[in-house]
Amino acid sequence: MTISLVLIVVMAVLVAAGVYLLLERSLTRVVLGFLLIGNGVNLLILIMAGRAGVAPIVQDGVAPQEYSDPLPQALILTAIVITFAVSAFLLALIYRSWRLANADDVADDADDVALREGSMVMPIEEAAPDEGATDFPVDGAPAPALHDGEATR
Amino acid sequence: MTALVPLVVLVPLLGAALTLVLGRRARPQRIVAAVSLTIVLAIGIALLIAVDGTGALVVEVGNWTAPFGIVLVVDRLSALMVIISAVVLLAVLIFSIGQGLADGDDETPVSIYYPTYLILTTGVMVAFVAGDLFNLYVGFEILLVASYVLITLGGTESRIRAGITYVIVSLLSSILFLAAIGMVYGALGTVNLAQVAERVQDLPVDVQIVLHVMLLVAFGIKAAVFPLSFWLPDSYPTAPAPVTAAFAGLLTKIGVYAIIRVETVIFPTPELNPALMVLALLTMVVGALGAVAQADIKRILSFTLVSHIGYMILGVALGTVAGTAAAIYYIIHHIVVQTTLFLAAGLVEREAGSTSITKIGGLLASAPIVAVLFFIPALNLGGIPPFSGFIGKLGLFQAAAEQGDALAYTLIGAGALVSLLTLYALVRVWNLAFWRPADDVAGDETRLLQAVEEAPLSTSTISETRATPRLMTLSTAAMVVVGLALTVFAGPIYAVAERAAENLDGSQIYIELVFPASEEGAP
Repeated sequence: MTISLVLIVVMAVLVAAGVYLLLERSLTRVVLGFLLIGNGVNLLILIMAGRAGVAPIVQDGVAPQEYSDPLPQALILTAIVITFAVSAFLLALIYRSWRLANADDVADDADDVALREGSMVMPIEEAAPDEGATDFPVDGAPAPALHDGEATR
Repeated sequence: MTALVPLVVLVPLLGAALTLVLGRRARPQRIVAAVSLTIVLAIGIALLIAVDGTGALVVEVGNWTAPFGIVLVVDRLSALMVIISAVVLLAVLIFSIGQGLADGDDETPVSIYYPTYLILTTGVMVAFVAGDLFNLYVGFEILLVASYVLITLGGTESRIRAGITYVIVSLLSSILFLAAIGMVYGALGTVNLAQVAERVQDLPVDVQIVLHVMLLVAFGIKAAVFPLSFWLPDSYPTAPAPVTAAFAGLLTKIGVYAIIRVETVIFPTPELNPALMVLALLTMVVGALGAVAQADIKRILSFTLVSHIGYMILGVALGTVAGTAAAIYYIIHHIVVQTTLFLAAGLVEREAGSTSITKIGGLLASAPIVAVLFFIPALNLGGIPPFSGFIGKLGLFQAAAEQGDALAYTLIGAGALVSLLTLYALVRVWNLAFWRPADDVAGDETRLLQAVEEAPLSTSTISETRATPRLMTLSTAAMVVVGLALTVFAGPIYAVAERAAENLDGSQIYIELVFPASEEGAP
């Protein structure tokens, strides 16, 4: 199997940059990292297809090994579609998080914080599963944004 | 008979489309959802009966022959998983219908709940009938995307926070899986499971181990195997009660199912088995210790979920027919019991307005039915004889004892210890939430305020949260009965699990099922 060194280097750079971004706290960077890694992996599948060849439509006088391998391209197309849908969802999620909390960060789990600080006695307020579902601001959290989102759904 | 195999996937998918079209008309939506899941259950039973005789049903989609086209394969393991998933999904659906009716959400929220739920079902079924790695990936993606929507349902702040962790971790596992598929294709030139199994033996051992580890890490994240389990207790408890119940019961087990396929069909060689056994040990112990430290019922249950994944991994890691059979029975038992417990926790949340055991008490007096519905599956999960948890653990320990080395006996000891710790965690819940007189609870005077703060799902008023709808109790009771049936009919079910495991003894049987003798060694 002959493979292009350039493609491998590009793939490695994409994945490395993606991993770096995924490890960030800022959610926008996480999304960018996810996109980079996703494309890196798509490249990996393309590399695995081997050398590029003729379009894989049966023609007279073309030996089988001269065609490109069509299967990885089908796999990549599927993967691209899935990545597209998921990143759209992620962006919506981040926008929602920003509307609610005015923050673009991965927040710590409230119970974990309580555990870490050794105050595990009453993780009550934070553990409430539906605090945002009431009309009353809980702990001064900004609730008004909820209803705009509710209406658009 | 083979026509039934694609129907398992198509029925919930068409149901999802129909419920989406029906949009805001809640009653037809519910009927369509319930009917499609019932059909899936019926098909699952028919499949098991058919497959138990012949060994497997193989469908070549669009009549493209096996290694080139997509194959759907249903063997005994797949059929068992289809049935038990359909049972659980149906019970949870009825529970959520009950909850929705009580919350009076006929017009207002979440007309996407039922379509998403059916899409989740579709993904689960695709994963179970997939005959090639890429189809398995697509199944995972379908169910994961549906689960992203369900876990952030309503878009409240806590759910978004928990959902983001869940989504990112799941995405990472999907990407790893995709990369693994790319590598498998590069190394073997195929993604068809049977053909992969056939060709992988010719690979150099180091390449085999790289592929093996890639797949195990990808599935290990989904199955919540320690140290890849950290995301689970963070993200599950915040979702609506029925969603958590379905996720806890099913989604992690699909990861375990994939691990079983990898370990038995693709890499039946024992190189990584000791490592898996150590991971099983750590998963059991760390999960159980986490459960003991928690103060919220849903979080306690999430940690016991992690710890009991360890038992299944133990069964798989033994690499024997007895071990796999015990793991399969344990998966069935655990799907049912864990879902029941989360549903019971949902009932507790409704009755008491909270699931924090420091805040609630006196439930035995105020809600005796909920108490019974919690107590039976709790004992079952803790492995008290004669329940199915005990039978499953006994099978696992026997299989481990047959192996007989020091590691296996360590695992038996740890397994017994962990089942005691599970029992301790659940009995603590029982003592505080159910047995403790309500007057002993500090801050009891704030009950009204709690009800406001923690009103379940959507915009219900206080008076509506107090009453538990009969449908919720009934579906939970039905799940308890299914759990008890696993005990009463343990003999036949365990026998089916054993036959399923015999099918998975080495890759040769699976290869022959997909490529019948004449086509042996297909191109």
